[in-house]
Amino acid sequence: MAMTITEKILAAHSGKKEVLSGELINAKVDLILANDITAPIAISEFKKTGAKEVFDRNRIALIPDHFAPQKDIKAAEQCKLLREFSREQDLSLYFEVGRMGVEHALLPEEGLVLPGDCIIGADSHTCTYGALGAFSTGVGSTDVAAAMATGECWFKVPESMKFIYYGKLNKWVGGKDLILHTIGDIGVDGALYKAMEFDGETIKNLPMHGRLTMCNMAIEAGAKNGIIIPDKITRAYIKNRAKREFIFYKSDKNAIYIETREYDCSKIPPTVACPHLPSNTKPATELSDIRIDQVVIGSCTNGRYEDLLEAAMVIKGKKVNPNVRMIVIPATQKIYQKAMKKGLLDIFIESEAVVSTPTCGPCLGGYMGILAKGERAIATTNRNFVGRMGHPESEVYLSNPAVAAASAVLGRIGIPEEIGL
Amino acid sequence: MIIKGKVWKFGDDIDTDAIIPARYLNTSDPVELARHVMEDADKDFPYKVKPGDLIVAGKNFGCGSSREHAPIAIKAAGIQAVLAKSFARIFYRNSFNIGLPIFESISASEEIKEGDEIEIDADNGIIKNLTTNKEYKANQIPPFMQELIKEGGLIEWTKKKIQN
Repeated sequence: MAMTITEKILAAHSGKKEVLSGELINAKVDLILANDITAPIAISEFKKTGAKEVFDRNRIALIPDHFAPQKDIKAAEQCKLLREFSREQDLSLYFEVGRMGVEHALLPEEGLVLPGDCIIGADSHTCTYGALGAFSTGVGSTDVAAAMATGECWFKVPESMKFIYYGKLNKWVGGKDLILHTIGDIGVDGALYKAMEFDGETIKNLPMHGRLTMCNMAIEAGAKNGIIIPDKITRAYIKNRAKREFIFYKSDKNAIYIETREYDCSKIPPTVACPHLPSNTKPATELSDIRIDQVVIGSCTNGRYEDLLEAAMVIKGKKVNPNVRMIVIPATQKIYQKAMKKGLLDIFIESEAVVSTPTCGPCLGGYMGILAKGERAIATTNRNFVGRMGHPESEVYLSNPAVAAASAVLGRIGIPEEIGL
Repeated sequence: MIIKGKVWKFGDDIDTDAIIPARYLNTSDPVELARHVMEDADKDFPYKVKPGDLIVAGKNFGCGSSREHAPIAIKAAGIQAVLAKSFARIFYRNSFNIGLPIFESISASEEIKEGDEIEIDADNGIIKNLTTNKEYKANQIPPFMQELIKEGGLIEWTKKKIQN
């Protein structure tokens, strides 16, 4: 029977030759992750299962990144629970401050998520790793608790939707614009419970950081997972990172997709999602009267080195508008160090932006750049729900790093061409 | 199980940041979370809601983050059940896992109004609007979910699995 890549991975992990969409399966998981928000509940639920030990001390990643470095006493207590549980269970994948980064940037960078894997995480953006050709999905803390005990998780095999991208990308357009455009097209529940498979010549040429951004936001269309068939770009990315075996799966020619959509990328402009839904998209050029108070460059969506480089290329030699605060957050320590060595941090500091240690921080209204009532931000993050970055009467616009950096100079939403690029 | 109570109505795409804003996620204490339930959708809701009330919402309820704090906050506020046109998938899983009864029905969601008294026969998926005397059928709960409920949730189910 012809199967999609998602079906093949789920079949392989549930000991079956084939699976059908809609089928309920129990699958073995290769990696389980949780963070300082979700792990505390997972740990207390794990203890209720009666299990004395986790199923495998090398396959559970606990990453304090949301409110870490610990933002207040309560956050410190939560992080402490992760630290103590990691010690008690001798977990090899606990990432302390100084070694941690934003989880979905850190795990691919460390080669801990690989093609053909089945991964669950108590964080909705766990779908990011589909960019490497893995089945990867967000679940709740209790699901993680059960999986930490058994090494398994139950799934309903999702139906697949195919998204084909063709044509040359416009200048300053990347993975973020493609996924925002797609969510704008299908809506925030346009792929509810489905697998989103991204394909087409544009994807085949899209660098890994752009692929990670696209799969990261599959959840914003309600999807169970986003996925890209692994290829030579995948191979190059994992070459010096992978520490265990992996398998490249690809969808069969006659695999069943409940829907196929095609996009001509030459018609996709730099795209911005307006408040208060990621599907509320507009070309950036139509928003030039929107004044902003803050710019955030970072997060699991766009906090990678290439994202910082794109922002630095735009802002180099210019100043952040006097009415704007610009906050740059490298997603991991390695990204931070590379940005420092390559002179990116100098560019940001000279432009009067501030550079933070890795954290999810402001993306979810935690800390490190919270908005006051009536304030407005443009951010390279993933959600613009009411109150997402602070006061319920503040607003968040989502964009790629180049648009965010150009907007920081302009003091309003704009594109790099408007500052002479 | 029969669930009976007064309805609070919400619209489409109620996200988990509206159900429990992330600024309160430095704790997982249910009582504290309940104090802020639905705050960013309706800032007075935590003061208005009474134990035993129900939520009726539009499509894609619980979209966004995977935080289990969302169904926990709803349950801890004493809300007996949520009825919606559809649920976001992680919220759907989480609700079953923590034992918050949820029901899907497009027509019930469209026709039931705020303040109506409704009664839900959870075992048979029958929703009755006692204010208008109309009856609706909820979508069937998948068999595995029914098994989970019968076993007392995912943790109890896992406990049995480990023992065997």
